[in-house]
Amino acid sequence: MTTKFTEDHEYVTVDGDTGTVGITVFAQDQLGDVVFVELPEVGRELSKGDEAAVVESVKAASEIYAPLSGTVTEVNAALSGEPGLINQDPAGAGWLFKLTVRDHAELETLMDEAAYAEHAK
Amino acid sequence: MAERQDTDLLRTPLYDQHVAAKARLVDFAGYALPVQYEGIIAEHKWTRQSAGLFDVSHMGPAFVALGSPTGDADQDHHAISTLVEPLVCGDIAGLKPGQVRYTLLLDETGGILDDLMIARPPAGDASGMLYIVVNAATKDADFERIGKALGAAAKLERADDQALIALQGPSAAEVIADLMPQAAQLSFMNHALVSFDGEVIRIARSGYTGEDGFEMLVPASAAGALWDQLAADERVKPVGLGARDSLRLEAGLPLYGHDLDATTSPIEAGLGFAVSKRRREAADFPGAERILRERTEGPERVRIGLHIEGAPAREGAEILDPEGNKIGVVTSGGFSPSLGRAIALGFVPEHMSDPGTALQVLLRGRVQPATVVETPFVPHRYVRNSKTKPQGPAA
Repeated sequence: MTTKFTEDHEYVTVDGDTGTVGITVFAQDQLGDVVFVELPEVGRELSKGDEAAVVESVKAASEIYAPLSGTVTEVNAALSGEPGLINQDPAGAGWLFKLTVRDHAELETLMDEAAYAEHAK
Repeated sequence: MAERQDTDLLRTPLYDQHVAAKARLVDFAGYALPVQYEGIIAEHKWTRQSAGLFDVSHMGPAFVALGSPTGDADQDHHAISTLVEPLVCGDIAGLKPGQVRYTLLLDETGGILDDLMIARPPAGDASGMLYIVVNAATKDADFERIGKALGAAAKLERADDQALIALQGPSAAEVIADLMPQAAQLSFMNHALVSFDGEVIRIARSGYTGEDGFEMLVPASAAGALWDQLAADERVKPVGLGARDSLRLEAGLPLYGHDLDATTSPIEAGLGFAVSKRRREAADFPGAERILRERTEGPERVRIGLHIEGAPAREGAEILDPEGNKIGVVTSGGFSPSLGRAIALGFVPEHMSDPGTALQVLLRGRVQPATVVETPFVPHRYVRNSKTKPQGPAA
């Protein structure tokens, strides 16, 4: 299992062929209270960089981009009733969606934890 | 995402307080101001249930004063009002000592250049003076416009080097009563002078949240001490501009530069109450022809409130009729922490503006249902204490 990060403050945790996507602790802190989440449809084919979801805070809407190419297999249904999970536990219960990873080589283009920590400073 | 960057920004007299409270500072109208302290929703709800403390020192307080007052308060008030009234649609001459009035600065076509407060000094204060507070983003243009209109007879003196502090919420009056007992006796839209820490504070019972509360003009040297004392009260928490915006939106209060601009008339904006009766009868304000015509015949568009299903519609989102035709635009929108749903203000043709009318909004290429509702979205809780008289300066 490995976790990688994008410049736009998304993370993807890859376990076998499944990637779990969410936003980082830094991102949720910058956004503030999340009040609404728009998630992709299961089965949707995403290319790396596609707009995949929208996270709305009190102040603004933020697009979430697919960190990797793949097919959406599952979305976090709990977020529709409790979008604040993204603030409380972004790396855990506040995940957004899962996808089957199409091309593992794309992982090499993303930041590891140390590089992301530097980026989010 | 934006990083903290406040080196080139103006600082209010309360900057150190915000840094000490670990507020998230942002550029707002050129000032480094807190958008939030602990979180917008928590601060919003605290203001509705107890009392929120706001730094609004970016706004534009000023005084306009006659160069040579006679000393007769009524005569001097009439003279200064005569100079200011040609710019606005409110009855300024009719203000009683201490009274505060919400009014509109208009251009020649009746478009709104700003919304502002104008107050007559309380008994015993300066004769032939008005206290005004305008919006931050418009203050330079407003002050220039007002200064020109005054000519040689009077002068405008800016007071935006002072702090402007608001305390808003159901507990605000109890908190103020402990510090400045006379102020707690004020009725809504009246103001007084009180002493604090050896300084004179100008305090009005007014605000921008829909709650009871106070707005205080405080000399910079006393601002930190007053803020700290208020913030130390367990009923009070500091509240940032994020919650200030969600609170005013729930209260259905328009925000200049968003819900109001120079293309908007007072009647379109639902601010007909700000066109005072005496001024209507005299038709002696800028754009009177258009405004009086719209008042009798109805304007082409009106400001409405919307309940929106699903994601919040933000400023600029199109409003559609049930057939999908564009009929208007959202001018302010967001999430209502009190109602737990998306709400918005916008403009639509008058025949589509009745509460209950089913409309739609266009968000990210998809339509979402919306319903016209009465504003305010959350009822106002102003305190009109008719038994008390406007207060004079502190003894």
